[in-house]
Amino acid sequence: MHTSSLKKLSEGLRTRQFSSRELTQHFLARIDTLDPQINSFITVTAERALSQADAADRRIAEGTATALTGIPIAQKDLFCTEGVRTSCASRMLDRFIAPYDATVVKKLHAEAGMVMLGKCNMDEFAMGSSNETSWYGPVKNPWDLNRVPGGSSGGSVAAVAAGLAPVATATDTGGSIRQPAALTNLTGIKPTYGRVSRFGMIAFASSLDQGGVVARSAEDAAYVLQAMSGFDPLDSTSADRPVDDLLAGLQHPISGLKIGLPAEFFGDGMAVGVRAVIDAAIKTLESLGARCVPVQLPNAPLSVPAYYVVAPAEASSNLSRYDGVRFGHRAEGVKNLEELYKKSRGEGFGAEVQRRIMMGTYVLSHGYYDAYYLQAQKVRRLISRDFKQAFEQVDLILAPTTTDVAFRFGEKTDDPVAMYLNDVYTIAANLAGIPAMSLPAGFVDGLPVGLQLMGNYFSEARLLGVAHQYQQATAWHTQMPKGFN
Amino acid sequence: MTLTPDQIQQVAHLARLDLAPDRVAIYAQQLTNILDMVGQLSGASTEAVLPMAHPLDMHQRLRPDVVTEPNQREAFQAHAPAVQDGLYRVPKVIE
Amino acid sequence: MAQHEWEAVIGLEVHCQLSTKTKIFSGANTAYGAEPNTQADAVTLGLPGVLPVLNGAALEMAIKFGLSVDAQIARRCVFARKHYFYPDLPKGYQISQYELPIVEHGVLDIEVNGATKRIGITRAHMEEDAGKSLHENFVGETGIDLNRAGTPLIEIVSEPDIRSSDEAVAYLKKLHQIVVYLGICDGNMQEGSFRCDANVSVRRKGTEKFGTRTETKNINSFRYVHAAIDFEIERQIEVIEGGGKIIQETRLYNPGTGETRSMRVKEDANDYRYFPDPDLLPVIVTDDEIERIRATLPELPEAKRDRFVAQYGLPVYDAGVLTGEGPLADYYETVVKDSGADPKLCANWIITDLLGGLNKAGHGIQDSVITAPMMAGLMKRMADNTLSGKLAKEVFEAMSDGEGDADAIIDRKGLRQITDDGAILAVIQQVMDANPGQLAQYREGKDKLFGFFVGQVMKASQGKANPDAVNRLLKTALAGE
Repeated sequence: MHTSSLKKLSEGLRTRQFSSRELTQHFLARIDTLDPQINSFITVTAERALSQADAADRRIAEGTATALTGIPIAQKDLFCTEGVRTSCASRMLDRFIAPYDATVVKKLHAEAGMVMLGKCNMDEFAMGSSNETSWYGPVKNPWDLNRVPGGSSGGSVAAVAAGLAPVATATDTGGSIRQPAALTNLTGIKPTYGRVSRFGMIAFASSLDQGGVVARSAEDAAYVLQAMSGFDPLDSTSADRPVDDLLAGLQHPISGLKIGLPAEFFGDGMAVGVRAVIDAAIKTLESLGARCVPVQLPNAPLSVPAYYVVAPAEASSNLSRYDGVRFGHRAEGVKNLEELYKKSRGEGFGAEVQRRIMMGTYVLSHGYYDAYYLQAQKVRRLISRDFKQAFEQVDLILAPTTTDVAFRFGEKTDDPVAMYLNDVYTIAANLAGIPAMSLPAGFVDGLPVGLQLMGNYFSEARLLGVAHQYQQATAWHTQMPKGFN
Repeated sequence: MTLTPDQIQQVAHLARLDLAPDRVAIYAQQLTNILDMVGQLSGASTEAVLPMAHPLDMHQRLRPDVVTEPNQREAFQAHAPAVQDGLYRVPKVIE
Repeated sequence: MAQHEWEAVIGLEVHCQLSTKTKIFSGANTAYGAEPNTQADAVTLGLPGVLPVLNGAALEMAIKFGLSVDAQIARRCVFARKHYFYPDLPKGYQISQYELPIVEHGVLDIEVNGATKRIGITRAHMEEDAGKSLHENFVGETGIDLNRAGTPLIEIVSEPDIRSSDEAVAYLKKLHQIVVYLGICDGNMQEGSFRCDANVSVRRKGTEKFGTRTETKNINSFRYVHAAIDFEIERQIEVIEGGGKIIQETRLYNPGTGETRSMRVKEDANDYRYFPDPDLLPVIVTDDEIERIRATLPELPEAKRDRFVAQYGLPVYDAGVLTGEGPLADYYETVVKDSGADPKLCANWIITDLLGGLNKAGHGIQDSVITAPMMAGLMKRMADNTLSGKLAKEVFEAMSDGEGDADAIIDRKGLRQITDDGAILAVIQQVMDANPGQLAQYREGKDKLFGFFVGQVMKASQGKANPDAVNRLLKTALAGE
């Protein structure tokens, strides 16, 4: 059951080959036996899952089910889930029981009828590219337990890659869906900014954060993204426009599409093995009728510096609400108010979060605002314009997702800049707010390599369509890591 | 741009972060490295470029002035660190 | 000290709570006086993951204010975050407006000692209020109530055009009158709906350069504003003349002592790290929207006063009193319209008798037992001579005691004025018959006795005889012609 597509699972439930309870129990059992190896869950909500499964079975019997009713899913632990700990993998929120549901959670569970298996591990407050910053310990890559699964959605991808959940939610601020999906052989999509509601999704950097999904195929991702997307009056930045039919979009042929290859994403930084995999993928797409042409994104190399101003600035502000007063960690034995703040925040936040808070505080502070923050916002517009011009020439942009395959634990922990450069190919899409995805394209020494597709605003259907057609012609995405298949 | 340990302490104070003494020098070095990387931005020609605060060119929607939120004090305070008589308790605020 | 050598430079910042039903960024109730934190919803508390959405009514009210002071309304304004840590500020930042406020470049004309002066309004921006810190019942601790947090405010910042505490109070009163007139603020200063911070500096007369200013925070009555500014001016002059220097600082006014004192705020508190709030988008206001709102603006006090002078022929003073509050002006106009009586007569009654009594009881026009239609009923009976002034007073008193409307009281008490010449002549005859001695003296030339006969006639008619008719008829009758 854990290797089946969502479509198959949905059919199985509808034709009573198995019940949602049985399906849920299957995944709970796998979590029980296999998760200790990879640490992909922070909280497993077995009881709640079974009662949701029973409710789903009733819905299926009553004929009020959706395509997703009864199918289990894992939630990244920054989506608020009422009555369940929502920790953001931080000591700060270790005891935070969310008193409300995120809009995404409402849509997937209350509306679509999916079953929540639990809350996935992640980098603390989604800040990281290796899932090593979690208060609950690192997540291991099912493809090689000595290597990182990527981040920040490391738990989400590890759980799906290891077959502990059929699909999982994730979020992407600078690559946190695409980079870990690439490193674990999954299909992950970050939709257009504003397509998925941010209400109840604990903020890292508000103008960059976007919820999405990691799955075993573009088709699976389309099912879930369809249910997650849509206008939300509770989110001022939510796009008030109808959601395209993503499932219908899967059937669109690649033939005739013009795909741009930006030279800026094919430079020296890319590992030789990755280059070979990407080149092969380009050939496959061409054989399916796509035309690949060079395209310019001249400001893209400034993405990483612009991002490491904008994201920390917003993060330092967003995280100032954690003060030990109304919720979250509160230091004990403090003498005065200032100590309450400093100790609670000093103890509650890990090193990477502290670094980014300080970085953000610094770039916003008096005398530095113009040189850093304002300049970064201007560069952001330049990057965004590059995409706009590129999409006047091509339908899609293709690039590698990462420079290399998954690295080993501890390899980059002492060098934040080296760690940040992991996101060199993914960040530009966040700055511009365009949709982007990663899909499995091959292996180097047994480790997965991801292919990144970027599209114009609200072109999720086209992106998923190309990915699906590619996956009809290739089998990379069907590979499972040994020991978990 | 080099950040000194003193500057780190100032920033940490602004951000209300208690730093372990042995972390200050490390943070100073790491933040200096990050600022060096970020320094590339100054090379970009951004004359007459408007800063971009949001990815989408949308404007603010307005909410009708209707009460939608019931009293949920009990639920919100159930896991609060310190409450008394419905109030959040903090060390004395001196004005 | 040589006060006359000095000149004060004063700018005021007024925080005005907008009378919306819900908060500026969430659907929580804003009613005053609820149990602590029962109106602190998820957005107000800044729970992880929540997001703000702007209340349209708050925006409309801010625009109304801008239009009423001839200001520019920004077609595009932006919310920014202002950062500081304080327990009554739940998110660690206040959502405010910084570089692009909704209202800029307004003016307000005030009158002080008969002269009109124009005070510039630099800007008015929208922002959210903070919560409250409570110190009672907590030993060594403070309790935080966040009900007020998130209540919409406009902060109205004046130019440093004010030169005295009198001008400051005149400006504040005018501002207060306008926001209450507009219905955008309840104006309740005790409950903190209208609060004032005063920026005060002094300079030697004839010099251009501003002195160093202090900011005195949260002064919650007109009287305190007057006293706090006077204290601060004197203090600053004294410091400078004593060879000292004024420190730019925040001060608190203590109504008990009438003094201000330093709050000793650390310097770093001023690094607010403003930046545009990424959870909120730019607010776009169209010309059509502005015109739609302009059409809903009520007539403002000044315009109304001028109209009252022109339309009702009232003295400026009367018109000023009657237009001091919107409901009072409405009351007056209803009385004039419904009664058809002389507008000046109506004004006299409302100002002297009605407001006199209400003020004494500490009530407003809304609390009056005598409603506008009742007052109109009374004026009508004066206009048609049913009541004399004296009778009208009696009816007015009865109405105040809740005995019903004028006609009912007149009927019940038989207070109808006697205007019929025949009936009055009969009474006169009766009085002359009863006082032959006085009549004889009068006819011998003792004119002073006329007053005696008027008195007797009025007494005999139980005050109901029309005084004008009594005078006219008595003169003829006494003369015996």
